Amino acid sequence: MTLLDVRGLTVTTDEDRTLVDDLTFAVGAGERLGLIGESGSGKSLTSLAVLGLLPPGMTATGSVRLAGTEVVGAREKALTELRGRRASVVFQEPLTALDPLMRVGRQIAEPLRRRTGLKGDALHKAVADALDQVRLPDPRRIARAFPHEISGGQRQRVALAMALACEPELLIADEPTTALDVTVQADMLDLLDSLVRERSMALLFVSHDLAVVSRITDSVLVLRHGRAVETGTVEDLVHRPREPYTAALVESARKLESALDVGAGG
Amino acid sequence: MTTPVPAVTELPGKPRSRPRRSATLVTGCVLTGLVALLALISVVWLPYEPDDTSGTRLAPPGDGHLLGTDKLGRDLFTQVMNGSRIAWEAGLGSVAIAAVLGITLGVLAAYAQGWLDDTVSALLDILIAFPTLLLAMLIVAARDATLGSAILAIGLAQSAVVARLTRILVKRVLAQDYITAARTSGTSRPRIVAAHILPNIWPTLVVNLALQFGLAVLAEAGLSYLGLGAPPPNASWGGMLQQAQATFTTAPAGAIAPGVLLVVLVVGVNLIADGLRDTLDPARRRSA
Ligand SMILES: Nc1ncnc2c1ncn2[C@@H]1O[C@H](COP(=O)(O)OP(=O)(O)O)[C@@H](O)[C@H]1O
Ligand SMILES: [Mg+2]
Repeated sequence: MTLLDVRGLTVTTDEDRTLVDDLTFAVGAGERLGLIGESGSGKSLTSLAVLGLLPPGMTATGSVRLAGTEVVGAREKALTELRGRRASVVFQEPLTALDPLMRVGRQIAEPLRRRTGLKGDALHKAVADALDQVRLPDPRRIARAFPHEISGGQRQRVALAMALACEPELLIADEPTTALDVTVQADMLDLLDSLVRERSMALLFVSHDLAVVSRITDSVLVLRHGRAVETGTVEDLVHRPREPYTAALVESARKLESALDVGAGG
Repeated sequence: MTTPVPAVTELPGKPRSRPRRSATLVTGCVLTGLVALLALISVVWLPYEPDDTSGTRLAPPGDGHLLGTDKLGRDLFTQVMNGSRIAWEAGLGSVAIAAVLGITLGVLAAYAQGWLDDTVSALLDILIAFPTLLLAMLIVAARDATLGSAILAIGLAQSAVVARLTRILVKRVLAQDYITAARTSGTSRPRIVAAHILPNIWPTLVVNLALQFGLAVLAEAGLSYLGLGAPPPNASWGGMLQQAQATFTTAPAGAIAPGVLLVVLVVGVNLIADGLRDTLDPARRRSA
């Protein structure tokens, strides 16, 4: 049984706009897949649809099987049981993904408590450990902070700790470094890479940047206007792009890389 | 008197610094506190028995009767103290009904989608347009002209207002990423409401409930002025105003005293609402 099996996934709005069109892909246990495409190509909607989290006014058709359970058309209660355990998400914007009025520690404690049943001091300890694992310094202090009191990079680590607290079989990372300062992007990618490896989790990594994706995974799916235009290894895409669109993505990644190299060299 | 500041409102920016206490908030607390004090004392002590008619009729202020007497010789200060208690009961009772019913309905309505959502919001609009007075007369006709009937009518009318506000606030929070993030980790709906939604809408709701308290006190005074409340000597300020109207030129104290206290309490809670808006508003707090 494939961990995530998406077949003919289509997302339409109430006004009959098709935002994701007949998408088919699979991610096996412990495997990694990169989902790449320019901004607005439907990457985020695809990741949300995988967990049955489409915003109101959008409908998914086709089939999404997560650990054998059909997500499309499932009831909220069944989805709640599926979410977290089977798959959880790290979002692009770490500031808005954390509740502004809740201390960071409590936000991690919620899923931890649900999964482990820990309470009191043991739970505090587990929260500190979770923050330590995403390499946050002084976990006890961070646990007591509110989201706006820590930096953007720290917030994204907290969001990652929250997602990992569920010990999901599949981690969906939706542009986890896009909102971050370039100087901390590489650290975040390394951290993500090693944590996913340690726990042998499957990873669906979403990005508009081929250079970023290539650091995390080999196998990618290229999205354009909600449609899959190409799939293969990063190697194939870079050297033998079959679509002009893919070639353009490769080109923009190259430009960015060389600009960064020049910047780093100078 | 302490202000009803819930735990979530502690200033996250600088945990150790105290929340700003605006002058508006302090003034509001002093004014409402004054009326609250009269109300509390009236529970354990009154200058005269409310139905003691031994005084001179329509006596002017002074001479054993701080505010004089009414047309049956009953002490006016005693009535004003009773009226303070009744005003507080009316305000708290109505707001309690409005808060429990309105917040519950509003949260449920916010989760409704499609035609159900349209129906619920249309229904709320109709309820809000329905005059409180008409509702009160219906309830009084079904039960009787007591303070309880008035509180029930006002509370029901206000729950529609609170429900509509709650629905909008909850919808706004539901669209936030942190709700989606909480859902991705498998947080159940009741848990999301309790842990994320209520704390985030609470500041705005508290301000609105304070305003509703003032409106409820005014509405109850209006209803008893029209005779839809208990008669003196245990009348609300509205009932006292109505009784004193006929003798206003000869004995104005009977109308002035309840009128002034009504203004003091209503202005007081409005100042509290204003002050709370400044101290509790999450947006202003974050930018602070
Ligand atoms: N809540 C929404 N309502 C209507 N349209 C939306 C909504 N969210 C996204 N879209 C549209 O869906 C398309 C795909 O969006 P998205 O999946 O966020 O793209 P990506 O993540 O690849 O940048 C875009 O054209 C966007 O305008
Ligand atoms: Mg996106």
